[in-house]
Amino acid sequence: MRISSGYGSRPVGGGFETFSWYFFRVSGVALIFLAIIHLFLNHVSTDVSCTSYQLVQIRYANPFWRVYDWLLLTLGLLHGMNGLRVVIDDYVRSHGWRLSLQSLLAIVTLVFFMLGTITLIIFHNVPNPGLICPSTHF
Amino acid sequence: MYKGQSGMWSWLFHRIAGLGILLFLLVHIVDIALLNFGPQVYNEGIALFSTPPIRIITLALVAGLFYHSFNGVRIILIDFWPKASRFQGMMFIIVMALTFLCFVGIGWYIVAPIFGIKLGNMPAGM
Repeated sequence: MRISSGYGSRPVGGGFETFSWYFFRVSGVALIFLAIIHLFLNHVSTDVSCTSYQLVQIRYANPFWRVYDWLLLTLGLLHGMNGLRVVIDDYVRSHGWRLSLQSLLAIVTLVFFMLGTITLIIFHNVPNPGLICPSTHF
Repeated sequence: MYKGQSGMWSWLFHRIAGLGILLFLLVHIVDIALLNFGPQVYNEGIALFSTPPIRIITLALVAGLFYHSFNGVRIILIDFWPKASRFQGMMFIIVMALTFLCFVGIGWYIVAPIFGIKLGNMPAGM
């Protein structure tokens, strides 16, 4: 059996590890664009001190940004947690520990996915959202 | 296996950067969940990210993100284009150069406010 390190020649024969190998690459290409644009929007075109509730209200007036953020959340979490799964496979030798950690990883992934998704769905405008750049640091 | 060659370092950096980005993602999902508690709680919580110490730590995230992105492209090229493995050493140098350039460019925007430098991305009075 081949345990994917994410490296090496293209796996053949199907199964979860083959799917995982392709998923890393496909989600990775999408994440390069999603994450770097996200970084640019919140640290360059707008300073991080202005990423306020008011700014989120302005952005989320357009459903595009909710979908964008949800894709970033979902692909980023699955790509990252799948990476952590490979790391656990690489370093944890005991079968029992491996099973426990992988199960914990699956539960943590689900909890964070739900937390992020619920936040994106139920976000709503409020009458007094405060300043766009409310930070008192600068 | 890869010991002592650029392949070992590129692999190790890729793994460390990936785990660091994942750690930030988990923190970020929690801080974004503060939106559920209204503008005051969210704005107070998120203000932490504009403090000088966290701006400095953000630089590590930016370096890790660009390295992981560019090295990921290098890995995909080696996987799907057999001839690329001949240039993997040269591609690693290109990855490091692009990471450095993007890190300096974006990093400047992140740390400039620490020195009181206005870059026009904080609309005043809003």
